[in-house]
Parts: sequence; C-alpha cells; structure tokens
Amino acid sequence: MFGKLTLSAIPYHAPIIMGAVAFTMLGALIIAGLISYYGKWGYLWREWLTSVDHKKIGIMYIILAFVMLLRGISDAIMMRTQQAMSFGPDHGYLPPDHYQQIFSAHGTIMILFVAMPFIVGLMNVVVPLQIRARDVAFPFMNSLSFWLTVAGAMLIMVSLGVGDFSRAGWTGYPPLSGIHYSPGTGVDYWDWAIQLSGIGTLMTGINFTVTILRMRPPGMTLMKMPIFTWSVLCTAILIMLAFPPLTVTLAMLSLDRYLGMHFFTNTLGGDVMLYANLFWIWGHPEVYIVILPAFGVYSEVVATLCGKRLFGYTTMVWATAVITILSFSVWLHHFFTMGASSAVNSVFSITTMLIAIPTGVKIFNWLFTMYRGKVRFETPMLWTLAFLVLFPLGGMSGVMLALPGADFVLHNSEFLVAHFHNVLITGTLFGMFAGYSYWFPKAFGFGLDEKWGRRAFWAWIIGFVMAFAPLYVLGFLGMTRRLNHYTNPAWHPWLEIAFVGTMVVVLGIVFQIVQLVVSVRNRERTRDVTGDYWQNGRTLEWATASPAPFYNFATIDPVHEIDEFMYLKEKGIAYKEPKQYRDIHMPRNTPAGFVLGGLSFVLGFGLIWHIWWLVVLSALATLVTVIVRAMNDDVDYYVPAAEVQQIEEARFKQLKETDPLLSGQALQHTHTPVILVHEAQQS
Amino acid sequence: MLKTRIFKGTRWLALGSLVLLDGCSLTNSPLLDPAGPVGRSEMHLIVIAFLLMLIPVIPVIVMTFWFARRYRASNTNATYKPNWAHSNKIELVVWMIPILIVAGLSVLSWITTHKLNPYKRLVVKQNGVAVKSLPIDVIALNWKWLFIYPEQHLATVNQMVIPVGTPLNIHLTSDTVMTSFFIPRLGTQIYAMAGMMTRLNLLASRAGTFTGLNTQISGVGFSKMHFKVIAMKPQGFATWVAKVHRSPKQLDFATYRKLEKPSLVNPVTYYSDVSPNTLFSDVIAKYTQGRKLTSAQEQLALRSFRSSH
Repeated sequence: MFGKLTLSAIPYHAPIIMGAVAFTMLGALIIAGLISYYGKWGYLWREWLTSVDHKKIGIMYIILAFVMLLRGISDAIMMRTQQAMSFGPDHGYLPPDHYQQIFSAHGTIMILFVAMPFIVGLMNVVVPLQIRARDVAFPFMNSLSFWLTVAGAMLIMVSLGVGDFSRAGWTGYPPLSGIHYSPGTGVDYWDWAIQLSGIGTLMTGINFTVTILRMRPPGMTLMKMPIFTWSVLCTAILIMLAFPPLTVTLAMLSLDRYLGMHFFTNTLGGDVMLYANLFWIWGHPEVYIVILPAFGVYSEVVATLCGKRLFGYTTMVWATAVITILSFSVWLHHFFTMGASSAVNSVFSITTMLIAIPTGVKIFNWLFTMYRGKVRFETPMLWTLAFLVLFPLGGMSGVMLALPGADFVLHNSEFLVAHFHNVLITGTLFGMFAGYSYWFPKAFGFGLDEKWGRRAFWAWIIGFVMAFAPLYVLGFLGMTRRLNHYTNPAWHPWLEIAFVGTMVVVLGIVFQIVQLVVSVRNRERTRDVTGDYWQNGRTLEWATASPAPFYNFATIDPVHEIDEFMYLKEKGIAYKEPKQYRDIHMPRNTPAGFVLGGLSFVLGFGLIWHIWWLVVLSALATLVTVIVRAMNDDVDYYVPAAEVQQIEEARFKQLKETDPLLSGQALQHTHTPVILVHEAQQS
Repeated sequence: MLKTRIFKGTRWLALGSLVLLDGCSLTNSPLLDPAGPVGRSEMHLIVIAFLLMLIPVIPVIVMTFWFARRYRASNTNATYKPNWAHSNKIELVVWMIPILIVAGLSVLSWITTHKLNPYKRLVVKQNGVAVKSLPIDVIALNWKWLFIYPEQHLATVNQMVIPVGTPLNIHLTSDTVMTSFFIPRLGTQIYAMAGMMTRLNLLASRAGTFTGLNTQISGVGFSKMHFKVIAMKPQGFATWVAKVHRSPKQLDFATYRKLEKPSLVNPVTYYSDVSPNTLFSDVIAKYTQGRKLTSAQEQLALRSFRSSH
C-alpha cells in the first residue's frame, strides 16, 4: 500500500534528527498560527501564493533562499562541530552515516536551494523593472517555476523526518549513488528534489531569455541594456544549455536505480566516468550561473554608490559573454585525477585558466569605476568591497587547482573545500547580500537598517576568514574532505578555529534577522517616497515608485541611454507626468502554479517511496491541471486607464509634497548623507 | 623538461613564507615537505603558480583599499569625474595583465602536466644503470586497501612497504565504488575504478612512514580507509619480503572473497603467496563480463600512451 514506506522510516531513535524535525515543525506552526491570528490566509492566497507578479514571485524566491540558508547553515554548524570534536579517541556525536547525509544535504541545499532561488529571486524583482517591462514574458510559467523549486526544497525538508537523505555527496557520483551501494531512499530524495527544481530553473531560463530579448522598450538596444540585465541574459542562456544535461543525467541514474539499467553501474557496460563527465557539463556552467548575476549586482552597486558611470561597459558585456561561452569548455578539470592523457588534462587546464582573463578584467573595471568617483560606504558597497578583496584569493586558489600537477595533490582536499567556499561565498553570496540590501527599498518601499547591516557584514567577514582560511592550511596538511573522524593531531587546532569562525558567521545571520526586524519597525524613517532610494539611481528600476505599482510603469517610453534614469534626471524630465494614460494589459493570478507544484511534490514523494498508486494518481492530476489551465482563456485583463491615472496621480501628489522643486532635481532625503548629482558634477 | 635547479630556491621561499604565517606546524606539511621527486615537482609548481598569481592579486587588493579611501564621498579634495567611463590605455593594460599571466601559466601547465603524467615511468639511474622498477597492484575494497606484489608473489592489506630509490609502477583498480588513492608525502593521487585499471608512478627518495588514504567518499567506512606506507632501504625491503613469505596466510580466491566483504579498520595482514597469479586482472574482469585486458588491448593502450609523449 505505501511502497517502501513504513513507520520505521521515521528516525525516532535519533534524538538529533527528531530535535531538528520538532524545531522545523514548531517554526511552521508558529508561522501558521500567526497567519490565522491575523486572519491573513485569504490575503496570502490571493496576493502571494496565486500571484503571477514577477515582483512577488521574486520576493517569495528570496524568502525561500533565506529559509533554506538557515537549514544549510545548521548543517554547516553540525559538520564543523563534529570535525572539531572527533579527533583521536573521540568520535564526536555524529555517526558516519548521519555525517555523510549532512554534507550531502549541505551542498545540495546551498547550491540549488539557496544560491539558485536567491539569484532567480533578484532576477525576478529587478529585470522587468530595469527593462521597463510590465512583467516577464510568461508570468504563469514563472509562478510554476517557483512552485516546482519549492516542491524540491520541501522534498529535502521531508527527508529529514521521513526516511533519510543521500550519503553520496552533493555530486552523487555513481556507483556509490547506484542502487547496489545505496539501496535506501536517500539518493532518490536527492534525485527528485533536484529534478523538480531543475525543471523549474530551466523554465526560468527560457522565461528570462525571452523576456530580455523580446520585451525591451523601444530604443533599448542590446548594448543599451543595464549591465545586470546583461548578466541575467547570459545566465538565462547558460541555464537553457546546462540544465537539460543535468535532467537527462539524473534521469539515467533513475533508470539505473528504478529499472535496473546500467548507464552508470560497475557491471554490464555501465560507465561511472560517463556520469562524472555529464554531471560536470551541467556542474561547471552552474558555477557561472550563480556567479554572473552576482557580478551584475556588483556592477550596479559600484556605479550607483560611487556616483559614476560603470567603467568599460562594452568590455564588461564582452567579458560576461566570453565567460558564458568558455564555461562549457572546462568541465574536465573536476577530475584531472581520472587518468586522462596529459594532452587532455592540459587543454582543459588552459581553458579553465582562460576564464581568469575576463574575470580579472571585470575586477579591474569595478576598481576603475571607484576611481574618481564618490564612494559611499553603505551596506551594498561594503559587500562589494569585501568581494573585491576576498574573491581574488579564491580565484588564485582556483588557478592553482586548474593546474593538473597541483590538482594531483590538492584534489578532494580541504584546500578544494576552502576554494569553492571562497568563490561561492565572497562571489555569489556576498553579491546576493549586496543585491538584497540594494534593491530591498525598491521591493518594499523602505530601506534596511544600516547599523545592523554593518554588524552583520563584519560578523560575516570575520567569520568567513576564520572558517575558511584554516581549511586552506588543512589542505596543505594533507586533510581530505568529508572526514567524520581523524587521528592527525596537526589538524585539530585548525578545525577548532574553523568551528569558531562558523559560529561568528551564525552571529552574522542572527544580525541579518535582527536587521530585518529593526528595519520593518523603523520603516517610516527610511520610507522611500521618490522611488530613487540611493538618490544616485542610474537605471530604470529607480524611475518608478517603491514598491513599484503592480503594472510597473504607467507608460512604456522609448529609452535613450544605458543609464536611462540618470539621463532623464539630467535632462530634468525624470518625474514628468505623462500626458495621457492608457489601459494596461496584465496577466491574471492563477492557482495553477501552486497546485502543480503541490502535485509534483506528491509525485516526487510517491516515486521516492515506490508508492505507485500515488504516482499514477498525482501524474494524472498533474495532467488534468495542465489541460484545465490550457483550456482557460480568461488569463488576462485590462487595467482601465482611469485606475492607472488615479494611482499615478497619487504618487505625483506625494512626490510634490516631499519636494516641491521636483522636476529635474534629485530629491533630498533625510535619512542618508546627500550627494546631489548636479552639485557633485559641478565640483 | 624543466630543470629542477631553477626551482631549488622556491622551496625555501615557500617554507619561509609559510613559517611566517604559521609558526611551525606547516613545515610538517606532507605537501610542502614531500618525500619524493613527484611531490617535490608538484610543490614547486604550487609555489610558482602562487607567486605568479600574486602579481595581479596584490595590486587588486591594494587598489581596492586605496581607491575606497582616496575617493570616499567625504573627501572633497579628490577629483570627481562622474562621466569618465572609458580609457583605451587602461583597457589595454587590464586585458594585457591577465592575458600575459595566463599565457605564462598555460605554458607552465602544458609542460608540468606532461612532466607529471602519473602514467609516465620514472627513471632512476644508479652508476649509469637504470634501477629496475617495482610493480605493485592495488585493489580498493570496502574499506581497506589490498596490495599485491606480483614479482614477489605476496600481498598485504592496509600496509604498503616500498624500497627507497626504486621507481614504483603501481596499477590500480577497485572492487567497490570509485576511490582515489593518495599518499600525500609522495604526491599525485589517482582514481581507482571497478572494471578499469589506472596507473601511478611514484618514488620515495627517503625512508620513513607515511600516511596513505582514499580521498573519494566511498560509504560509511570512508574516514577509516587509510593505510601506512613504510619506505625502507632496499636491504630492509628484502628482509621484509622474506618475512612476509614466512606468513602462514595465503591469498587465494576463497580468502579474497572473505576479504572483499565490507569491514572497518582491517588489521595489517600479510599473505605469503597469491594464487592465481592473475588475481588483479581477474578482479577487473569481474566487471567486464569476464573479458580480460588482453595483451592486444594492453599493447594498444600502451602505444597510445607512448604516442602522447
């Protein structure tokens, strides 16, 4: 009746796991209780869960990323605690079986359910606003992408309390991840969680490629697109090219596991090396999928907060494009130690190092954007500066690993762990934090608290260095990754320092939560009335209100410049009321995305536990939902011009009350030091 | 061929800078104080790459602090040029620096990757005569290592004894999942995979006891899957071989089948004889429907290997 699922799948006997389950369920209950107490279920359903508005979907993506970050960091704390304890006679508190599930979950979660939702969230919030579009090209598909990602994340969360998670690492190399060596359901949780979210991500790639290519306003040629939009376009193309191989590879692994096929088994012609190649044909472009949008964020932040045009826009675009293309030519560097010939190894080594060229150029361009600018040290800029200092170190260790001769001794070591955390944390995560604090006022209409932002920043920086510098050293001390126990006394002090570092990072996350609470409480003090929160906003997202009205822009005017909003401000027409309003064509909200996400979660759960009737039932229900949705022609509506006029006039009235000298002038705020654009230019 | 002489100084430079960083514990680093020529070349490579990379990295870090301070918004003395966003000269320089460094690193990569090819035989000459290499067949098992010495007709579990100064010609396979065989003090790791044979050529140039381990996650016994490598003078090695030959245990198929079963922290075991002689290739053949690596195939593999050098 329930396939492989029995009551014994719930790990009653493991107090740590049950504690985590209880904690998670308690959190969920408190949130549900609060929603009921304030009677917000209807609001939540109508305005958020069924929304196809890119801004709301973006915010939900980022909430998902933060929730999963808490899970990922919990895993990190457990691993660091284990490694700080389990030296010599002490075996720590985690048996290898549990420890291996934790590092597998940590990697999977941090890459696919923190980094990915965070970048897709920022893409959603920002890109349509930057290109003056009303929404993305396929708003319903956007909602579906999000709910499929949630379904994947929920499968991982469920694996905590029902059954177990994969023990084969986040890369799931067979034959270890095959049915012979991993007969349980752990690998299946990992597999279907990635499959569901992967399909969601693939649709996001399609959506944003089409949005950016087809929905730009007149005048915005490709080389007049804001740089963040450019980086998202390259990312979206990378997603479209890289995710299908992942889906197919995992499907092949599933065929091995479910139908006894032999793609990646040891026996009957299976080839484990094939999996390594296929996995990294997705896996390496994936690295650039998560880093390119972060590069885009840094480009926007550095230009705005230095009050200066981005240095070398054309170079930046070409550098991004070159990285996009080169990222498909380097995958073999993940397994130089597999016995390939010297010629193959050196070719992949050289292509890998070639990527350092456009990346290096980008870093110099950010520096020269600061040069002769006016650098403001608000939180987004702090993250950018930290990136500029720390990321090159990660790049340096990356080039060392790209040399096969060096990789032969550094492969699979703690040095490697230090390297990819160095690039992913200071590159991607800091970029996401910069984007979060930079665009938060645009999404919510008020800013984030600077004082707590700074505290969080310093805790993160100090914690990061303390947690990962020791891992570089450990690599040279011959420590391999993923050990749950060791006997070498030389490693122990370094692992204790790394543990302390992790706890400082946790403090940073606590400060970020405090920052959010404080900011919400003080929201009237940082209210953004003008829409141009940083006063130096250069691109179009700052031209509309904060938060933007649901239709984003009342009129779709032609674009003249890369920094169009700055151009309009300089011309004195940034806040001009349009002469005439028109009806606006908008997509209607739909529960279909939510329902399909829920059904695919059930489908995934059925597949994991071999509950075939549930699989058939949820597959049929999915099909029916898709058909019903496809037959529904009532998917859009027109916002009457009068309603648009009402909303816009209210905004202009408020703008005039804030600053009567509005037209053409940059607005004065009271909560941050003011740098008036025109005044600054005269000096 | 790179001349080792060029690199002699870099070792001291590396050790010196690392001592500065960290008192003394890193001088014990197996990677920075290797016991053989392979590891030594790899250490030189790491140091050279590190120093080359400092050429762009240090200026970037210095410029970040310098520009952030010099052009801080509160500094009214600094020049402010909000629309200055292009300079051919700067563009040229920022492209040329990484291009030149990567070009240098690429040459370095090509040369060292060929030089350090793990499949390449190491040649050691004594009195003008090449020292005969010692073949060792390694089988990765759950969760222990089996070492077969085909010329000595003996086998050991979780202990690899080697003569100093003799090139090791290691063949590897796995009778379980993918593993990676690594002796940090000697350098270069290589995967051991079922149904396949990989090769590794190492050399210990001084006596000592080193740690060897598996670096590729392989299940619950992964953290315990390490072994001792004892490098001894050739006479000591001969004595050790004689000692193993006196062991009452012998490795035949029945024993192997028992040994192959998953176990943790296997004690060091000596087998005075291995029968059949083809045990290593039989283990590979388990996964290839009984097809053995025929001599023709082997020759083909060998030829393609040679042509790449």
